[in-house]
Amino acid sequence: MERSRLLSPLCEYSEILNKVFSQNPEDIINLIKESGLRGRGGAGFPTGLKWEFSAKAQAEKKYVICNADEGEPGTFKDRVLLLESTNKLVQGMTIAAYAVGSNYGIIYLRAEYKWMLTELMEKIEEMKNKGYLGKNIQGKGFDFNIEFRLNAGAYVCGEETALIESLEGKRGEARNKPPYPAQEGYLGYPTVINNVETFCNIPYIICHGAEEFKKFGTDKSCGTKLFSISGDCEAPGVYELDLGSKVQDMLDLVGARNTKAVQIGGAGGATASEKDFDKPICYEGYPPGGSIMIFNKSRNMVHVLRNFMEFFEEESCGQCTPCREGVKRLTEAVIRIDKGEKIDEDEMRILLDLAEVMKITSKCGLGQTAANPFVYIYGNFKEDF
Amino acid sequence: MQQTTTEKMLNLKINGKILQAKEEETILDVARRNNIHIPTLCYHDDLCLSGICRVCVVEVEGQRLLQTACNTPVFEGMVVNTNSQQVRKARKMIIELLLSEHVGDCTTCKRNLNCELQELASKYGIEEVSFKKPEEKRFPVEEDNSPIVRDNDKCILCRRCIRVCEEIQGVDAITPVGRGKDTSIGCLFDLGLDETICVFCGQCINRCPTGALSERDATKDVWKAIEDPTKHVVVQTAPAIRAALAEEFDVPPGERVTAKMASALKMIGFDTVFDTDFTADLTIIEEGTELLTRLKKALVDKSDVAIPMFTSCSPGWINYIEHNYPDLLPNLSTCKSPQQMFGALIKTYYAEKQGIDPDNIVSVSVMPCTAKKYEADRPEMTDSGHKDVDYVLTTRELARMIKQAGLDLMELEDAEFDAPMGISTGAGVIFGATGGVMEAAIRTAYELVTGREVPFDNLNIQPVRSMEGIRAASITITDPLPEWSFLDGVEVKVAVAHTLSNAKKLMDRVRAGEAPYHFIEVMACPGGCLGGGGQPIPTAPDIRKKRAEAIYTEDGEMKLRKSHENPAVKQLYDEFLGEPNGHKSHELLHTHYTEKSNW
Repeated sequence: MERSRLLSPLCEYSEILNKVFSQNPEDIINLIKESGLRGRGGAGFPTGLKWEFSAKAQAEKKYVICNADEGEPGTFKDRVLLLESTNKLVQGMTIAAYAVGSNYGIIYLRAEYKWMLTELMEKIEEMKNKGYLGKNIQGKGFDFNIEFRLNAGAYVCGEETALIESLEGKRGEARNKPPYPAQEGYLGYPTVINNVETFCNIPYIICHGAEEFKKFGTDKSCGTKLFSISGDCEAPGVYELDLGSKVQDMLDLVGARNTKAVQIGGAGGATASEKDFDKPICYEGYPPGGSIMIFNKSRNMVHVLRNFMEFFEEESCGQCTPCREGVKRLTEAVIRIDKGEKIDEDEMRILLDLAEVMKITSKCGLGQTAANPFVYIYGNFKEDF
Repeated sequence: MQQTTTEKMLNLKINGKILQAKEEETILDVARRNNIHIPTLCYHDDLCLSGICRVCVVEVEGQRLLQTACNTPVFEGMVVNTNSQQVRKARKMIIELLLSEHVGDCTTCKRNLNCELQELASKYGIEEVSFKKPEEKRFPVEEDNSPIVRDNDKCILCRRCIRVCEEIQGVDAITPVGRGKDTSIGCLFDLGLDETICVFCGQCINRCPTGALSERDATKDVWKAIEDPTKHVVVQTAPAIRAALAEEFDVPPGERVTAKMASALKMIGFDTVFDTDFTADLTIIEEGTELLTRLKKALVDKSDVAIPMFTSCSPGWINYIEHNYPDLLPNLSTCKSPQQMFGALIKTYYAEKQGIDPDNIVSVSVMPCTAKKYEADRPEMTDSGHKDVDYVLTTRELARMIKQAGLDLMELEDAEFDAPMGISTGAGVIFGATGGVMEAAIRTAYELVTGREVPFDNLNIQPVRSMEGIRAASITITDPLPEWSFLDGVEVKVAVAHTLSNAKKLMDRVRAGEAPYHFIEVMACPGGCLGGGGQPIPTAPDIRKKRAEAIYTEDGEMKLRKSHENPAVKQLYDEFLGEPNGHKSHELLHTHYTEKSNW
């Protein structure tokens, strides 16, 4: 496409609001369901369905939270959206609030993005003054306010229940599910949590309809996706591509040569080697969180693996046994390998078993994916071990 | 199971068996009810769900990930496998991970053969730990100048200690500190327990699955005293011990071992074996008199006196009120606990009577409680001119001493407590259960005021007996003796609370003026002393219930059931104290309290 759809201006916000308020909340939810939009933070839960759960929940209050924690290594797409698409984000949140019956919005901002807080708050203030936020939005009798809350630097708080714990002033540790945040979330109220990019897609769907949206992407992964591409390439940056694009497409787009490995979907994602470059990135293929890190043939993948494992060791909340102890053991082993030690087959088998157990028994996504780099990089780059 | 029209039952399969369940149940609930064993660790009957140890993972058909049985609700048509190859592999790995971080020598650990980690390793046939264990201790053993000792090297981070402190006690003194692999359990700003709002109730010790938490040892000091021929060692045992001690010898809960316990104490080498139930009876006389005096001041003199009056025999409760409700300290009875009354009398009354130099008396108590160790060390507990109670042993420590003496409790012949301070009534023994102090007090006070026995079948005042967290009762005084005419027609209202979170609820109401009671009994521990921090481990609602049954049965079978009928107590007043709340009583048997910081 010629220019980013997500950054392009759309029909006037007042038009969008008219469209929204002239429909029932249920109709809005059906529209979003129809569009096939899935969470753009990486987990990919169908957005319309999530909103529907919250809409159906009975409570005196509901919350709409924007997960702007963008903590996955190599992801910097939300950073762009926050600054350059602020109004789309606010529109998306407002529309979600209307659809589920909420008057309270929170943007949970990554600690490392604190520098943009003032600018963002000014933009919110501006929208308030224009009557797009606050009481009686555009005279339609609907109230919605957005406040900012800061994360304190923990990656695990990007996980929605740990995020809620952090908002409640507690240790950022994942909760048991059920109950799910859509029914029992922040302070026990039904809470919709969506990624920045997910919200930014909403105005387009309202404006142009579900069918237009479905023209992009694949059957199971509708729409476009922002990819933050970095590493050994000529033109690192944030790109908007159809979901289902192949790894090789991206490599060609950014001028990557002599590519050895591509880390797709962040530290807990998949590591593709040359044989995999024709595979698609979408919810049914490689994880489409948005982070793409390119490593060329000069890179030692054990070093890279060590970097990822040390990251998880630092960021594990420590609550559950498999993640807390498992990440520690995998990291220990990787450091020994990085220092030149050879690990025998028996120990390797134990470590791979450990990785499998971590994947299926950890309490949250961090633990469930922390062993991925170990498994993938060992699997695809044995020559570096 | 009765099925009402509103209760929807559903069907699921566990390990091929079709089972029925209610909608809100978890896989673990259903499994337990059907004798299907699923191992757990962070799960505890007393506490909210945690879901962090991951030991209870099971396979659910259709789910890619394994699910924790403890907190996964069942659904119609669910198919569960608790023992598939995947589950076995995961379970083995998780147990090995837990073992790999646990540093300590089993053979010398206080929890040897009573440790949940050992149980898991043994039950699942763990033969090796695939990961290298730390070579050295990572943490020092923290004594914290408190009755509770912490060894974080043995901690497996199940967080049961935190949950009991927060939910059941509402104290919240401990918290996870640090993150990830560097997580440990500690206090705010790394302070010692003695520098925080910890009340030393020891409930955390009772919930700990390993030896990470234990009580500060007093057995070595007590052995030393016993083996010292120049010392006359006197021991007193709390009511709750006799109903639980046998659990330390593999006997199911609920077995009373009063006579065997007395025998064991004599065989261990204590010179004199007394019964704290004696001073429990004494406490009733002193406290009953105090209550009636306050009521007179309130109702007759209309003077400003602190009503409701609170009981003061639970040191965990005393610590709690000193930290959190110092404005209500005047409401506390000034009576010491039975333990401390005993200590003061042993080194004065008893010493005099027997002609023993109190310098050579070592006063030991056996308590179901860890806070009693703190209580004995309180600087004001020296009214005898010496330290009133030298050493406090928990039930668990006594059991260890019995084993160290080469004795098997259950094989011993019966023996009796020594006179005079080994004589007690049923009212004394029920101090061990929540509501017991209240019942004992009513049995005496009512008779004192009316000249009649309490109007309850067999003297069993059922309205104050139960495990309900906060309960209230009342008794209307009619036809009192002339001296107590001011109580004629008065509906005396009482309340009973156990666990500190319930104490908090009640105290908030007292502060708000919404507690129309005259007398309130508070016990810090669930079930009262029978659930104390020094009692055998494990603890659970059904275990405490059995201990309570044993205590009430013991009361029912005793010859004397009312504190004021205790001949030895009468003798004490005649020979030594004079009258209740008299000068000598105030000197030896009453105390004062100190405000403490509230964080």
